[in-house]
This record gives sequence, structure tokens and C-alpha cells, in this order.
Amino acid sequence: MTDDDRVFKALADPTRRLLLDRLFERDGRTLTELESGLEMTRFGVMKHLRVLEEADLVVTRRSGREKLHFLNPVPIRLIHDRWIDKYRERQVSALADLKHELEKEDTA
Amino acid sequence: MTAATETSVTTQVYRVYIKATPKAIWDAITKPEWSERYGYGGRVEYDLRPGGHYRAFASEDMKRARAEMGGSPTPDVIVDGEVIECDPPRRLVQTWRMLMDVGTEAEGFTRLTYEIDEIRPGVSKLTLTHELEGASRLAMFLAGAMESMGAGGGWAEVLSDLKTLLETGESFHSA
Repeated sequence: MTDDDRVFKALADPTRRLLLDRLFERDGRTLTELESGLEMTRFGVMKHLRVLEEADLVVTRRSGREKLHFLNPVPIRLIHDRWIDKYRERQVSALADLKHELEKEDTA
Repeated sequence: MTAATETSVTTQVYRVYIKATPKAIWDAITKPEWSERYGYGGRVEYDLRPGGHYRAFASEDMKRARAEMGGSPTPDVIVDGEVIECDPPRRLVQTWRMLMDVGTEAEGFTRLTYEIDEIRPGVSKLTLTHELEGASRLAMFLAGAMESMGAGGGWAEVLSDLKTLLETGESFHSA
């Protein structure tokens, strides 16, 4: 399996997408936090997290006695850059828009 | 700025595998002739020893784009910081403060760690850990949350571009 295959396979499951959404809301969570409210055994959640880790969509770090899970967006970005941007015209001048946006926020 | 009272974990972790040696990745991060070719395209200046300075400069494209909007000029130095640990080509720890925006400048210095591991000959794993306590505004930029407004895709975009550059010799975003 290629890296892209692993990412697409990992994203093809609704529970795994839900886990990623949870990490997107708040990053660096423990297994216990991630499984709360899910209608699934701890073992089931661990299996899904392992698939996400194999696809590098989740990276774990130890913090004391806890294992924290972090969302790694780079594989999705790589797919975006290789497959999606290719079919879309590049937008002009990113930073011009940034400035515009920042000034809008300052006056809000 | 509103006071940052949140105590939740505010670290971001990014990982990418690159067909390149640790030395090539190290050079791409720390040398200006490489830093100009991917990501936001600015020149970097590193004094690679503990306590040494770090600066990233605005590229000409960036300055031109912002000038076209007719506002205050872009500062020359857009990110500054200090080297904390330097173990080439494996590990670089530094502070990092973005100066392009008064909000992120006020949030002050954050801590950035690059780790490079060669997992087999010619293939390396690059892990970037950015500790962003008290820097919620910067965290949004770096996560690419403002990309649809044109603020760039943050670290994910930079690392994707770095991988493309080192593997193909061309940056995805340099047209």
C-alpha cells in the first residue's frame, strides 16, 4: 500500500473521521478522552487509532504517564497539493488577502 | 489582545516522511538558499549554537503583495527567535515569534522543535513540534485555519512543500 492508499483507507471510515474531528477541536488528547461518548469499546477505539497512526494522520507523544494523540494534517495536505490543487487555478497573492483580513479584524 | 486563560493542550505536532538524508533536510531548514525555495519563501538567518539568534525575512513577493494592498509596510524580519538546542542534523530547538501581525507579536515567543530521524538509508522522518501556550492567534495561523482568507496553509503547507522540493528539486508553489 502506498502512503496515499493508507490515508484514503483511514479516512474511509466514519468513526475514524469522527476521531480526527475530535482532535481538530482539541488536540493532544488521551485515549480515555477520545473514547468518551463513543458507542464503542476501548479496544475498538484503539484499533481505529492504530489505523490513523499507520497513515500518520495521528502522531502520539508521551507526556509523563500519559500518551497524547495529535492530529497530523500533513498527509491530507500532501493529497490536497498533489490531487486537488492540480485541478484548480492557483489563487493570487495569499498575503494581500491576509493583510486585508487582519485589518478587518482589527476594526471589528 | 484578550488574555489567554485557556489551559488546554496547545501543542501542534506535524510529521512528514521525506526521501532525503537528515543532512539535506537540516540544510533546507537552516540555510537561506534553501528556505527561499519553499513555504513562505523568505530567507532565514540562523546562528546555530545555544543562545544564537534566528531570523526569517519577508520575501520580495510577500512585500510586494502586501504593498499592493496599500497598508503599512511589511517588516523586514517577520519571525525572530533564539536557538536553544542544536544537534545537527538531528535536532533543533528554538524560540519562535511571528512579527508580521501585532496580535502574534504580543503573544511573544513560542517553542519550536525539529526532529529528524533517518528511518532507512535516504528516507527520513521529520517531526515538528510547536508548543503554543498563550499563543492562540498564532496557533490558528499555523494550523492553516485562515487559509481560505489567503493567509497560507501554515506548517502543513510548508512541510508538504519542503517534501516536494527535496524529492523533485522543484517547489510545488514556486510557479
